[in-house]
Amino acid sequence: MEFNENFIRGCSAIGAGLALIAGIGPGVGQGIAAGHAAAAVGRNPGAKSEITSTMLLGQAVAETTGLYGLVTALILMFVKPLLP
Amino acid sequence: MKYGILMSSGDEVDFMIHGLFKYSFFGHEVWITTSHVCILIVMLVIIGFAIAANIAMKRASEVPSGFQNVVELIVEKLDGMINGTMGKNAVKFRNYIGTVFIFILLSNISGLLGLRPPTADYGVTLPLGLMTFVLIHFNTFRHHKLKEIWVDKCSPLPPWLPIWLPINLIGDIAVPISLSLRLFANVLSGVVMMALVYGLIGKLALIWPAFLHVYLDIFSGAIQTYVFCMLTMTYITNAIGESDS
Repeated sequence: MEFNENFIRGCSAIGAGLALIAGIGPGVGQGIAAGHAAAAVGRNPGAKSEITSTMLLGQAVAETTGLYGLVTALILMFVKPLLP
Repeated sequence: MKYGILMSSGDEVDFMIHGLFKYSFFGHEVWITTSHVCILIVMLVIIGFAIAANIAMKRASEVPSGFQNVVELIVEKLDGMINGTMGKNAVKFRNYIGTVFIFILLSNISGLLGLRPPTADYGVTLPLGLMTFVLIHFNTFRHHKLKEIWVDKCSPLPPWLPIWLPINLIGDIAVPISLSLRLFANVLSGVVMMALVYGLIGKLALIWPAFLHVYLDIFSGAIQTYVFCMLTMTYITNAIGESDS
């Protein structure tokens, strides 16, 4: 069976789509962080600014795994490392 | 395929990275790209601001006014942030952290002015991560004895059984990679989204992309700047530890 360039391109696009499944994890994690931050603000409204900055820092760190998936997808789509 | 390495794909979607001219470097083909030009513009803006601030602070008055207010506000905010995180170590590092903060912030925001943010290029963020790496380990070796470092690197297991050592070393090497990839991927995702919006629905993208710019350039850029500096400061503070020397 012979693989031409367009076949590899299509498979790269499918792989890029699959790589973005990695976005599920950070979504769930950031949602949990935001929910707990909302609960914390409800319990202690005076510490709102500190809670917000801590939440944003934690969310940005939790985002990293999703961004690895994004980088993989972008490399598959635009750098096209699989083409001969 | 000539532009494959420069990540520009079609004719309509423009990721704003173009090779301006190429030269040969030990047999490799090396391009001067728009990223180089944009980083030069950002650096010139920062240098100009620094010279203006220097002139303003030379004739500083007791009651600040005008430009002096702005400079004092910036320095005060940065010092407050660094003091809050690093405590007594803040004096030695506030120059470096402040410089990195202003550079990354201006780089991220420069997407608003039509430049390609220089931080959307891995060649800019990786050196920033490597500088953090060097600072962490320089301070570790400066403030701890070799024996303490060995015990720490074997940490969950006793020091005569270094099975855990390779895992700890990989964890150390992962720090600059994850720092730089986080910044790079966040800014790059903003650039790619804006390029898709402008490239694919160009006629319809009239005023509403301004809101996307507010989120992707200003909000995301500021958050990532804050996160990068915060993590750098946390790692350095951890590396110094509790020693008083």
